[in-house]
Amino acid sequence: MTKEAYSELMKQINAGKFVFTGELEPVKTTRLDEVIEGAKTLKEHVVAINITDNPTAFGYMNALVPAYMIQKEAGVEAVYQMTTRDRNRLALISDVLAAGALGIKNILALTGDHTTIGDTPQAKPVFDLDSATFVYMLKKMMDEGVDLNNNEIEDPPKFNIGIAAAPNANPLEPELLKIERKVKLGADFVQTQCVYSVEQAKNFLDAAAYLNIPILVGVAPFKSLSMMKWMVKFVPGIKVPEEIQESLRKAKKTGGKEAVYEINIEIFGELLREIRKTTNAAGIHTMAIGFEWIVPKIIERAGF
Amino acid sequence: MIIVKQKPLEEIFEMTKNAKNFLIVGCDGCASIIQVGGERQAEILKTLLEMKSRVKGEDGPASQAISILRQCDRQIVVSSLNPVIGDYDTLVSLGCGVGVQTLADLYRDKLIIPANDTEFIGMHDTKADKFYEMCRACGDCILFETGGVCPITRCAKSLLNGPCGGQSNGKCEVGGWKKECAWVQIYERLKARDRLDLFTKFRPPKDYRVSGHPRELGNEILGEDAAT
Ligand code: SF4
Ligand code: SF4
Repeated sequence: MTKEAYSELMKQINAGKFVFTGELEPVKTTRLDEVIEGAKTLKEHVVAINITDNPTAFGYMNALVPAYMIQKEAGVEAVYQMTTRDRNRLALISDVLAAGALGIKNILALTGDHTTIGDTPQAKPVFDLDSATFVYMLKKMMDEGVDLNNNEIEDPPKFNIGIAAAPNANPLEPELLKIERKVKLGADFVQTQCVYSVEQAKNFLDAAAYLNIPILVGVAPFKSLSMMKWMVKFVPGIKVPEEIQESLRKAKKTGGKEAVYEINIEIFGELLREIRKTTNAAGIHTMAIGFEWIVPKIIERAGF
Repeated sequence: MIIVKQKPLEEIFEMTKNAKNFLIVGCDGCASIIQVGGERQAEILKTLLEMKSRVKGEDGPASQAISILRQCDRQIVVSSLNPVIGDYDTLVSLGCGVGVQTLADLYRDKLIIPANDTEFIGMHDTKADKFYEMCRACGDCILFETGGVCPITRCAKSLLNGPCGGQSNGKCEVGGWKKECAWVQIYERLKARDRLDLFTKFRPPKDYRVSGHPRELGNEILGEDAAT
């Protein structure tokens, strides 16, 4: 089923192009130059860039501002991530309208990590809406031109709506049914959390094929060996194959940091190529926060 | 029932330090069933408070410990306490927050001290000796749709359309993947009954006016007869 395209990202997906997206994280700062630089680095290689919204419940700069600025200053489309963790439905409507006014074309509707796992764990968690009810509200605003209470919106906004997925979820069925709910509500595309092997990607894509929604598989290279070790140890659901772990360890021992980068480019370049060649993914969502420069290298290594 | 937990003694001592005499009021309702607020606990607290005042070398207040049927019922409180309340200037309640407030409302010239922290509406698993929060009194029960597992209470994000991406092997991201993910439990219960249609059903945004506090209910709760 072809979705109506308002964004360049959706246009390219609809055209059957294998797309890449990137990710940038506005941090605890009042500076925008790093995000804009990051966007410029990624620009030639991705069709759109996600701007994270207080990721893992850390209090950072409002994502709407950098989302607007990368479009304006770097000329690359934004996927404005919005979580329901910090804002009730009134505040969400305000930000959605503001995003429309600023020419944002994609919104990734998320529930968001719980406040207690972030840097301000004492905060009152909001979760007035969840990602599904948020998609419902967005569609109502766009398609019917009204808010949740049917109050009319002057010049309603148009977005393509993305949702997230956990490809390694165990059990997987409730995850799929949850996506199904949001597909029925009108979500346009999926961006997944990261996979580390083509099998992980394939398993999920096969299971989700019946949903008939374009899926961008998440891929996240490791900034360092210690980051990989930390993730393997503390983030359940992240399954890094032993060969990858071993190659990274070996690289670090023999060639230090540079060699770790190099092996990342090799491993993830290969993974990208395999995903494109052997699966029905609509594209790949790359996440390399703080070392965006590696994404073009990985994409080039993959031969795109 | 309402799960309560006794406050640290230091905190109770601090609140009672200026009391001349006091009446310790237990509650034979929830607080007594879980052995935090009944007659026995009232006696123990009395002894501790007396010891404390003796340690400080002050005159021990003429205290008394009693327990009443339910502190959350005005009429029961009136009929049980009026005969004994006499000249006590301080009441220490071993009930929940409702009990404390009922006493405070009825005896406005007295100092009412809460000895407990009120935790939640919960279940007692006596075998595991653990208490579990089960209901947040949302005023619009959806347990039928969710296989008898309450997502408002037992999902850390109160999601109506879970699970979130944080569940792993059926455990919740909040608290480090130790507690059960309510939405995986809901999925399992509904799957076992072949009712995954209820799981996949979209639940629209909740109307929070229903649970907006403070809530009041009229006599519809007891029926017409009770009003007269
Ligand atoms: S849905 Fe949950 S919180 Fe609401 S009344 Fe039922 S058990 Fe209580
Ligand atoms: S892991 Fe499960 S219980 Fe925990 S917040 Fe997510 S859906 Fe709710």
